[in-house]
Amino acid sequence: MNDHDGTEILLGFTRALRAAGVAATQDRAHGFLQATAILGAADAAATYAAGRATLCAGPDDLRRYDQVFEAWFGSTARMPVPPVSLRTVSAVSTLPETEPQAGDGAGEEDGDVVRAQASDIETLRHRDVADLSSAEQERVAGLIARLRPQTPRRPTPRQDAWRRGRVDAHRTLRASLRHLGEPAEIHYRRRGERPRRVVWLIDVSGSMSDYADVLLRVAHRVSTAGGHGAVFTLGTRLTDITRALRHRDPDRALVAAGEAVPDWSGGTRLGDNLQAFLRRHLGLARGAVVVVASDGWERGDTTLLEEQTARLHRLAHRVVWLNPHRGKVGYEPLQRGIVAVLPHVDDFVAGHSLATYEDLVEVIARA
Amino acid sequence: MEPNSPGVIAERLASTGYLADPELATVTFLAVKMQRPLLLEGEPGTGKTALAEAIAEALDLPMVRLQCYEGIDSTQALYDWDFARQILHLRALEAAGTDAEVEEAEKSLYDERFLLARPVLAALRRSPSVLLVDEIDRADDEFEAFLLEVLSTYRVTIPEFGTVAAAVPPIVVLTSNRTRELHDALKRRCLYHWIDHPGLDREVEIVRRRAPEVSETLARQVVTVVQQLRGTDSGAGAASALLKAPGVAETLDWARALHHLGALELDLESAAATLGALVKHREDGDRVRAALDRLLA
Repeated sequence: MNDHDGTEILLGFTRALRAAGVAATQDRAHGFLQATAILGAADAAATYAAGRATLCAGPDDLRRYDQVFEAWFGSTARMPVPPVSLRTVSAVSTLPETEPQAGDGAGEEDGDVVRAQASDIETLRHRDVADLSSAEQERVAGLIARLRPQTPRRPTPRQDAWRRGRVDAHRTLRASLRHLGEPAEIHYRRRGERPRRVVWLIDVSGSMSDYADVLLRVAHRVSTAGGHGAVFTLGTRLTDITRALRHRDPDRALVAAGEAVPDWSGGTRLGDNLQAFLRRHLGLARGAVVVVASDGWERGDTTLLEEQTARLHRLAHRVVWLNPHRGKVGYEPLQRGIVAVLPHVDDFVAGHSLATYEDLVEVIARA
Repeated sequence: MEPNSPGVIAERLASTGYLADPELATVTFLAVKMQRPLLLEGEPGTGKTALAEAIAEALDLPMVRLQCYEGIDSTQALYDWDFARQILHLRALEAAGTDAEVEEAEKSLYDERFLLARPVLAALRRSPSVLLVDEIDRADDEFEAFLLEVLSTYRVTIPEFGTVAAAVPPIVVLTSNRTRELHDALKRRCLYHWIDHPGLDREVEIVRRRAPEVSETLARQVVTVVQQLRGTDSGAGAASALLKAPGVAETLDWARALHHLGALELDLESAAATLGALVKHREDGDRVRAALDRLLA
């Protein structure tokens, strides 16, 4: 083929790739052309490899790339595809079935919460969110948006200037230079602090459906306030909704999360979910405050669940387990799932009312 | 000395004991030719770090390694001043009583002998070289942005000293375990490759190359078991439950351990005794031990 045609074919391919959802930007396309020029465009396997290296940026991209490549150039020797990643989001939205009680929130953000009687709010704070009318739920949502969570902190290896502590040779030298080398004021430094990551694992299975929505709101509030964390839902599978929840407006974030979760109100396999989380996101758990919100309703064997919670406990800085039923009268932790995880949990907290969420925010801040 | 085709690269890598599949060889070749950093992702133990070492050895270049961690900053990656020695120097100047100008004194302080070159600066100065930025996903965002700057210009400006630019850009290999999503800007700078666990034959070949003392039969048996544990083999029930699937390094360790026990073939007893070389979690150990006779069958 002559050069002109070759370039057009390759650029057409990158356009098709872009249409398939791979972010093959101009500079990437340029890199691709450069690479094929080096390797010679006649060799299909080389073009294939060059494109994978220059146009893709993750396992998802690689999978799409293979499909488009095959469609564009015909089949070639297939190279190994990395294992399925969790970001593959299925397009099915199951949101509307369970969402509506929370109010669709689109145009109803009137400030009537402000006018609510103080005593009224006080009662509302202790009501079980599962028993609220939709108007009351909306008010609770407003109150959650008003929570002022504090992010837990962790020490860093970096040093900040401070009044006492270790001598900061750099600044001291600088200061003394200003006085012609005469020893001047001695500067000090100490270990700095950074926000500690808060990771949420929220059970959205059928038995938790009354609470999942409110819990997502709390998670959204805490993670947008601190800006440092990740949120997953546990159901029949593990879903990463961190990105969906990044929206500042809670209602929109919740809708986006609802679209991302394919298994709303389905069954759950807690042990499997935790295992999947630890396998793929081990690094997220390390040193983090992990909040697991689940009633611990595990069918069948709880060995795996217990084992994975134990592992989570060893990795995380603190494991907070939230059970909506905990704060209710007459509750005893007899559920087999809960019995299995309790020895490996730092804080076992309630989570059925606004007051308990305020407590939760406290527990996280102190972690 | 420049290899001029992916095939040559593959051969050179193989001569150091690193067996790269054709795609990896192509990508490595492109990274060298296009002078672009190579971003490697994949499960731990698939040979990401080893590739950087192999490239250095194959091309006979010095290798500089920068291990990333949470909170790493530019003074740990680029350069730092040896303040203690600078202060001593200042005292010495004072004691000598020279009437040097302030400016002179300051200049003498920021002399090369007080400059501590950290990995990135060292790599730029020694270039051509191989710079391995290991586990970039562990570092913070800010550090990633800083690294991006260095990787686009291959030069570093030290305010008191001047600019250090690499005559030839170093070959840069970045590895990531995907604990955090990297910035798109950084990814765009890089060539991307996902490394998988090797297949059965390739892994046997790797063991044969890296541990030639191990008998052929033993190597094949060891690899067969490991592949089953990873779940790359079809009917692996025990495997999917492992906390940490063994990497190639563990395969090699296990094969060598068995060899040291004088095993020529894999049997239940020696396998159980050397399991510590293969799995590193108590739970995994229990599980593999329980499944051993089935795996060896």
